[in-house]
Amino acid sequence: MRYGFVGWVAVALLVTAGGIAVADEIGRVKVARGSVTIERTGRNLPATLGMTLQEGDVVVTGGDGSAGVTFNDDSLLSIGPDSTLAIDRFAFDTTTHAGRFDTSLRRGTLSAVSGKIARQSPDAMKVRTPSTILGVRGTEFVVHVAPVAP
Amino acid sequence: MRHSLVGLALLAAAGCARTVQVAPAPPAPPARDETIVLLPGPDGKVGSLTVTHEGQQQVLDVPYATARVQQPGTLEGGRLTAEQVQQRFQPALSAQPPRPVTFVLYFLDDSDEFTPLSKREIPKISAEIAGHPAPEVVVVGHTDRVGSLTYNDALSLRRAERVRTGFVQMGIPREQISVAGRGEREPIVPTEDEDGEPRNRRVEITVR
Repeated sequence: MRYGFVGWVAVALLVTAGGIAVADEIGRVKVARGSVTIERTGRNLPATLGMTLQEGDVVVTGGDGSAGVTFNDDSLLSIGPDSTLAIDRFAFDTTTHAGRFDTSLRRGTLSAVSGKIARQSPDAMKVRTPSTILGVRGTEFVVHVAPVAP
Repeated sequence: MRHSLVGLALLAAAGCARTVQVAPAPPAPPARDETIVLLPGPDGKVGSLTVTHEGQQQVLDVPYATARVQQPGTLEGGRLTAEQVQQRFQPALSAQPPRPVTFVLYFLDDSDEFTPLSKREIPKISAEIAGHPAPEVVVVGHTDRVGSLTYNDALSLRRAERVRTGFVQMGIPREQISVAGRGEREPIVPTEDEDGEPRNRRVEITVR
């Protein structure tokens, strides 16, 4: 019993360590036009071409901004002006292509082309909007979360 | 029994009171407006998208099918035209990074030399790299099943490194290129062990 517990702790530690290693660099900014900011652990960084993204980053565009990111599983996500996209979770095993990809479009427009994660396992890629959850099965789509007058 | 009856009566009264208060309020403006549109791929094929909203579910599986939420609790289906999508989503669509492209180059038997045909592919790959913003090149080497696993792991990595050296000589920064060797694990054509299937002696080069 006690060995069992120790075993699980060891597994949990290994999984965590692996997760951190994978999460380090999950994609790159390929397009940054106008005002584009990456919110990372409470700081605002201006997005630049070739900048690497991390799990937890939030991409924010201003009224003149748009941005495109290529992820390590070959997924392509781009957003238009006045948009906020949070990269909640990204894990990808380059050998098995298994993984998990969760993002949230809080406002604005998103264009998405799914990559190897969605191709390998249906429902491993999810996009959330304030009202909906999208389960992605190897596909392309656009999403608009329009501002609504209070 | 008597208690629960009293409880029901109280609940009913409370319910009535609430209804009376809500009725005169003006119709609420849309609480939100969210639209999801499924698009065809460049080859015209469509995948599918499952949209879930408050327990309702809609599957989009034809080009330009839409799901829309304007009032909480209502998921409406619909359809847009390609032109309407272009108009409404143009800035996001035009910010889409170029699609990753994969090339396959083949090698001579037990060697890190390309076949003559594959040698001629190389200019196409460098043109592709030149067309990508902040390009990344992922080179993965593979072998046939002649020789041991360990030998083929080393050979596949040597093939990938050979390709990287070639690209570096062509002026592509080394840090943009990552290499990996998969040995004989991922054949394109499955074979018996010790089979020298030439189509398995290859590198796959993804430009993204």
